[in-house]
Amino acid sequence: MDTAATLSTSRARPLSAAPAARPGQPGASVTALVRPYGHPLGHLDLLESLAIFIIREVAAESERPVLLFSGGKDSAVLLHLAAKAFKPGSIPFPVLHVDTGHNFPEVLDYRDAQVEALGARLLVAKVQDSIDQGRVADPGPVASRNRLQTTTLLDAINENRFDAAFGGARRDEDKARAKERVLSFRDSFGQWDPKRQRPELWQLYQGSVRPGEHLRAFPLSDFTELDIWQYIRREKIELPSIYYAHTRSVIERDGMLLAVSEWVSPQGAEVIEEATVRYRTVGDATLTGAVRSEASTVEDIIHEVSASRISERGATRGDDRFSETAMEDRKREGYF
Amino acid sequence: MTKMPSSPPAGGPELGADTMDLLRFATIGSVDDGKSTLIGRLLFDTRQLFDDQVDAISTASERRGLGEVDLSFVTDGLRAEREQGITIDVAYRYAATPHRKFVIADCPGHVQYTRNMATGASTADLALVLVDVNAGLREQSRRHICIAALLGVDQLVVCANKMDLVDWDKSAYQGIVDEMGSLAHTLGLASCTVIPISALNGDNVVDRSDAAPWYDGPTVLDALESAQAGGWASQHGLRQGNGGRLPVQWVLRQPGGGRSYAGMVNGGPFRTGDPVIVLPQGQYTTIRAIETADGPLPRAEVGLSISLKLADEIDISRGDLISSLEEPPTVTDNFEATVCWFHERPLKAGDRLKIKHTTRVTPVVVESVEGTFDVNALELLEATELRENDIGVVRLRTASSLALDTYKVDRITGSFVLIDELTIATVAAGMVGRPSLRT
Repeated sequence: MDTAATLSTSRARPLSAAPAARPGQPGASVTALVRPYGHPLGHLDLLESLAIFIIREVAAESERPVLLFSGGKDSAVLLHLAAKAFKPGSIPFPVLHVDTGHNFPEVLDYRDAQVEALGARLLVAKVQDSIDQGRVADPGPVASRNRLQTTTLLDAINENRFDAAFGGARRDEDKARAKERVLSFRDSFGQWDPKRQRPELWQLYQGSVRPGEHLRAFPLSDFTELDIWQYIRREKIELPSIYYAHTRSVIERDGMLLAVSEWVSPQGAEVIEEATVRYRTVGDATLTGAVRSEASTVEDIIHEVSASRISERGATRGDDRFSETAMEDRKREGYF
Repeated sequence: MTKMPSSPPAGGPELGADTMDLLRFATIGSVDDGKSTLIGRLLFDTRQLFDDQVDAISTASERRGLGEVDLSFVTDGLRAEREQGITIDVAYRYAATPHRKFVIADCPGHVQYTRNMATGASTADLALVLVDVNAGLREQSRRHICIAALLGVDQLVVCANKMDLVDWDKSAYQGIVDEMGSLAHTLGLASCTVIPISALNGDNVVDRSDAAPWYDGPTVLDALESAQAGGWASQHGLRQGNGGRLPVQWVLRQPGGGRSYAGMVNGGPFRTGDPVIVLPQGQYTTIRAIETADGPLPRAEVGLSISLKLADEIDISRGDLISSLEEPPTVTDNFEATVCWFHERPLKAGDRLKIKHTTRVTPVVVESVEGTFDVNALELLEATELRENDIGVVRLRTASSLALDTYKVDRITGSFVLIDELTIATVAAGMVGRPSLRT
């Protein structure tokens, strides 16, 4: 373009659409803007389209891709997008669940129903098998198995010779994930090296790997928690019931509400309480906390998420509390 | 005791409508000019940070013996970054105001991480440039501004930072305005706004400062909210009024026979019944239907992932390109391009690599190195090789023909990456054509 450079210094006021209503202030209204260049796509359309583009690109360039599915909301959206990317055909790769054995029963039922409805092939890699085979030390029946998943996952990738694994991770979840590329390279030990990431320019997702290495592909990188819920609303995606408000026996531990189960029981002065709660994330049942909530519909949750002062993982994930760089450290080892 | 920054967080990320517009911007500038601190400040003052995130960065600051909360920790999330107080790789952050959604790419300033800066800038609508007024515009900042401009980022918001250290002296600010003015003109940028700020104290970032009564221009947030947003995918093809282009990603078999060709629409829209040409083969046909998972569409806009059913049975594979007949891309195996070279080993004539252009990967040979770009003089100097982080012009010859546009016309069909055959690393970002400068 050969237009003259305009240099606005002191005089020019910006042609702002509206006076300075600040986010978070009472009365700040939500308006949909007229999009530039008459662009007909809103942000959810663009997010969906880019995710489908990434899924097709990785499926085309890799030999043996797999989709990692936990039964959580992000992997539900990922599976939904994978189905859309190849419709009217079926998803051209299997779905892998890394099962810690510490599950919410609602989530397992949901997993089986979803996979069957889409006609996908489900593989389950069990942390219990890794323990039985002596691949990892048994931390005991009630301890978290979050970190042990890494070995189980990497073994499953090696055994099946997967060279690309789709994950539902989002960059707004954690400061280490905020640094990760959409296509994230893993060496033959499954390790992520944050200091040596591949340049990733435009939409040129370059996914070649050598034998033994693999890629993690994150098509939802640019979705925020709120985008996920708005997309779930728009696409009417079904989720496990534990995402919506329900009554549950919980105990409070380290500031988190943990569901009483065969692995979690009151210790010391802890007392069991019947509370109305829901889950913001779904992980290992021994350290995924519930939040007090009356939100029983997607609409309620969108309002709740918009007003929340605590981040999704901060509110609910014990696994991120071990240290300042807990996620980076796990990712370096090969975690999701 | 770790001191908290001045304005307390309140409220939360906004409840967004399903259809807001989206501005993607990248921070650029030299190391230590305050890019990460500015983004931390911007997110903090617009109440985009969660309470637990603020707690975590104040704890981290305290543990490093810093008297105040280090707002750069909002984006500098890696262990090595916090140790050294530098940014190594791009951090992506998301923010929303009532006006629009923002995707922020906070880029590193070090020369050795130029490839990461290019990664962040390649998808940006706007560059937020940080300049330390004490140091002036450093060579590294000029390099990054040049790279951003070559990548097609033609809106700059320049923050003359650390104004508190020069007692808000207007002449220091004016110096940056003058220098940026001539650079912006030569690079042919569409807009360039210079704002005097202190990222550390938050002056003129979100809240207007009393410290510079002589300045009545926009704050950083004002400038970001009023900038031209695009959804970068829509930018070039559409602005230039090109016809549609669909690089084929995947062939979908239809039940009952027949195929459709999946990809993302680039350039102008496709409509059912449009005549199209399949490249590089050069076969003509028409669009029988435009399919999506949600059903057929009469018209597919730029940026949409769709599949096309065509009227004739033609052999079409991944890597081919379906184009409307209005000014279709050029089919060639020999072309000139501007490249940013990222590898320690210099790029020379005769080098063999692979090229990924749209959805096609093919071997490529460097026919000649035409010159290297001097970021200070803003001109192309004669050269026989490109060294790491150099920007230069080369002539390439590809094994199979490519359907390409110049980068100025279309960011998708005019861009490519070069891949090292041995290490399979991405070693260069390339743009078809020469850089256009006004001298």
